[in-house]
Amino acid sequence: MDQFTLNLIVVGASFALYIGIAIWARAGSTSEFYAANRGVHPVLNGMATAADWMSAASFISMAGIIAFVGYDNSTYLMGWTGGYVLLALLLAPYLRKFGRFTVPDFIGDRFYSQTARIVAVIALLVISITYVIGQMAGAGVAFSRFLEVSSSTGLWIASAVVFCYAVLGGMKGITYTQVAQYCVLIVAYTIPAIFISLQLTGSFLPQIGLFSNDASGAPLLANLDGLLTDLGFRTYTEHHANTLDMVLFTMALMIGTAGLPHVIIRFFTVPKVSDARASAGWALVFIALLYTVAPAVGAMARLNIINTIYPNGIDGTPLAYADQPQWMTNWENTGLLAFEDKNGDGLIQYYNDANAPAIAAESGWAGNEMTTFNRDILVLANPEIAGLPGWVIALIAAGGLAAALSTAAGLLLAISSAVSHDLIKSVLNPGISEKGEMLAARISMAIAILIATILGLNPPGFAAQVVAIAFGLAAASLFPTIMMGIFSKSMNSTGAVAGMLTGLVVEMVYIFTYLGWFFIPGTNTLPNTADNWLFGIQPASFGVVAAILNFIVAYVVLAMTKPAPKEIQELVESIRVPRGAGAAQSH
Amino acid sequence: MSDKSASAYWAANIRLITICLVIWAVVSFGFGILLRPLLSGIAIGGTDLGFWFAQQGSILTFIVLIFFYAARMNAIDRDFGVNE
Repeated sequence: MDQFTLNLIVVGASFALYIGIAIWARAGSTSEFYAANRGVHPVLNGMATAADWMSAASFISMAGIIAFVGYDNSTYLMGWTGGYVLLALLLAPYLRKFGRFTVPDFIGDRFYSQTARIVAVIALLVISITYVIGQMAGAGVAFSRFLEVSSSTGLWIASAVVFCYAVLGGMKGITYTQVAQYCVLIVAYTIPAIFISLQLTGSFLPQIGLFSNDASGAPLLANLDGLLTDLGFRTYTEHHANTLDMVLFTMALMIGTAGLPHVIIRFFTVPKVSDARASAGWALVFIALLYTVAPAVGAMARLNIINTIYPNGIDGTPLAYADQPQWMTNWENTGLLAFEDKNGDGLIQYYNDANAPAIAAESGWAGNEMTTFNRDILVLANPEIAGLPGWVIALIAAGGLAAALSTAAGLLLAISSAVSHDLIKSVLNPGISEKGEMLAARISMAIAILIATILGLNPPGFAAQVVAIAFGLAAASLFPTIMMGIFSKSMNSTGAVAGMLTGLVVEMVYIFTYLGWFFIPGTNTLPNTADNWLFGIQPASFGVVAAILNFIVAYVVLAMTKPAPKEIQELVESIRVPRGAGAAQSH
Repeated sequence: MSDKSASAYWAANIRLITICLVIWAVVSFGFGILLRPLLSGIAIGGTDLGFWFAQQGSILTFIVLIFFYAARMNAIDRDFGVNE
């Protein structure tokens, strides 16, 4: 059986499973559509949260981003896990006690203000749509490879599939489907990693293999550093990046995690406050299974790529273009991998042009010939690079799609509930029927998918980088406001609204300045390079600066206005205590 | 719940949160980034302990922290009689 048929069978079977579960658990009423009647066990909820959370960014993109940079991009690993500590300690239990369906519900009620609710809806929409752009970009890559089409065709197919999928079921469908998706994606991610770790280091656990000796008898990371140095690249394990930016980037991902509406919404679905705390822990256990494997995947793939191109060592004859393995041909067809034979010798040379090693001049190399290697293909190509069997390759396609689809569906749910529930039902038309609310939810999903697909054709970065920007926005806008809602009894609506608007606008302006206004390619005011950033702070990291401004503005405004009324202060007292958390109500 | 025990309960919670967040920051921003040069003498698999904390150790510590907080907090809930 050829690889294409095998891909179709495995991906098709995984889809049949998800759709079957979604139909079986089809949402009937609006409360089921949003929060599944709170009947979900913490372990299952943790697993579903992990599937919801680990998107195309974590699965398809992150190891590639780490592979081509090394230690400096450990920020993604720490940032996207450390946020769960903040969620468990600072937000989840209190939001569960508060007992509403959505983040704008909390902000609107805690700050007793429709304006606060509307600003929260706007922030949520900006964050979620940015996030969906990253998902679409990643899903497009996965579809383009396994259906063997161009990357833009892959993107349109992805958007059609996400639409059908998200519109079919609500949260309940999604919760159980996401448990299935978690299982598919974690198996798909770890099996190739275990194989590769065994091949390279003889260690069964990639987490151990990363720090073990390879066949040469020296540590794998030391050999990788040596090869990269010989090719003129920066070493893998050393610190090269701007330290301030590294710290702020990690922090932005952490506090962004705790401000992400589609993650927070998960903690509304557990039965008790104590379960909300444990759920965050279980989610992180399931997330860590992938996150501790990802750095091993990155380092080992980078080593395998170098060894593929230089089968006889760097001093020996490089790979001939005509002899290239099948995976290179497959990915060249998508346009995401490209070679250019600059010196016309029929061989592929891969090295750093900007810091060409001595051997380049000696051997008549005329430039790096692996001209394009889209970071988002690394994980998907990884089993092929290591020469693993066909079913493993098919499995990773299914896993990548599971990751992208599950997160896109969770985000679209957050978007649709913000529009139909928080905006239309609470503000614009309180008398809307349940049927009308469901219809508005689905229309808003469709519009969000369309916007994300169009912007995903030319995304402002690789999947993980786009998603990091969504985190910068969440860090700047929602996180500080929710924090103040719980930890500051006197914070009033004027302060909260002023802070939220400041954080959101400052971060949006900073992002658009470098990445294009509303992410439209070519409209950026300044080039997106470190020299142009304020103090070397990249757009996603700037979310922390914007968050600090959010807090400052809120407290300054609070000092000039009256504190929150007594009944609100009593409300805050009550959410700090677990006892009495009944089922949530919509209003 | 009286006002006095409510504020004692909240103070106990804040104290626990503070301890956990200090550890959270030390393993990630500390050992993983800022204090890495201090740990550079401790070699591990071709690199140093700071690299291990940045790519493995911080994540494992986060998991332990959350379950520690959840367990301690459940105990505090029971002590103050505010458990569900």
